[in-house]
Amino acid sequence: MAATTAHKHPNYMAIFWYLAALTVTELAVIFMPLPKLTIGVLLVALALGKAAMVAMYFMHLRFETRTLGLIAVTPLVIATLLVFVVLPDGFAVDHQTAVKKPAAHAPAKH
Amino acid sequence: MTPAAASVHSAVEPAETPLTPESWGKLGMWIFLAGDAVGFGVLLASYGVMRATSLDWPIPFNVLGINLTAFMTFLLICSSVTMVKALEWLGKGDRIRCRWFLFFTALGGAIFVSLQAYEWSKLIREGLHINGNPWGASLFGTSFFIVTGFHGLHVTGGVIYLLSIIRYVTNRLDPAASYNAVEITGLYWHFVDLVWIMVFTFMYLL
Repeated sequence: MAATTAHKHPNYMAIFWYLAALTVTELAVIFMPLPKLTIGVLLVALALGKAAMVAMYFMHLRFETRTLGLIAVTPLVIATLLVFVVLPDGFAVDHQTAVKKPAAHAPAKH
Repeated sequence: MTPAAASVHSAVEPAETPLTPESWGKLGMWIFLAGDAVGFGVLLASYGVMRATSLDWPIPFNVLGINLTAFMTFLLICSSVTMVKALEWLGKGDRIRCRWFLFFTALGGAIFVSLQAYEWSKLIREGLHINGNPWGASLFGTSFFIVTGFHGLHVTGGVIYLLSIIRYVTNRLDPAASYNAVEITGLYWHFVDLVWIMVFTFMYLL
């Protein structure tokens, strides 16, 4: 059986303070007089930064093999791809409805 | 190690996994979490698409409020710290402190779920329902309850898991015998924290 503690524990309290500071920054960002897109990009970047810190230091991914890291990142890639796959469909629904509307008044064919 | 002992040992764990040499259980948990993350990823991606293509989606933080959820986020981060502290103390051979920190982690999770129940009941009283709301797109309520509910179920499961692992640690006199089990529990708990970080950003702040 392998050793119980294969790596040194990182400074967890430092990670905690970083996470707390990033959360406060997130709350501050939504009240900043910035364009909506900039606020959105900043919030997503901050959230990804926090998630990465939890995965790297609390889940010890930093000390694991690269392959395990790839397994962990795959869901994020799939979710991002899904947005781009489904987004055009979402916009297409309105367009198709608008095109089909006049057909409702067409005379019935026998 | 004698050949007989080696044979018994290999019957328990036939070979080391190259990805997580500590235990197969850890690899199993990582694979489970990757699958679970796809589930949450699909929910959040669908939420994003629905919101982007809706003409009357309400501004979430105006409707939901963020003071309580900001505190809940802080609480979950604190519980992640108590979880890693539990593992750290177990690594040093202190089972008593490990059990206390595991208990604090479970307590943090239980408070989180209670606050979520309070938030849900408050929002339902204000008119946010799974099939409609006074502020705009009906899918706003649907997606809110499904995503936060799915996460809340994970936290509830995590609290039960943590309480079971306290008993597991109690029943093993050698701290090293329960180290892998506590580390695997920690992976699950931190994942729940990680998902909430994304849910908080996408469903409350954006």
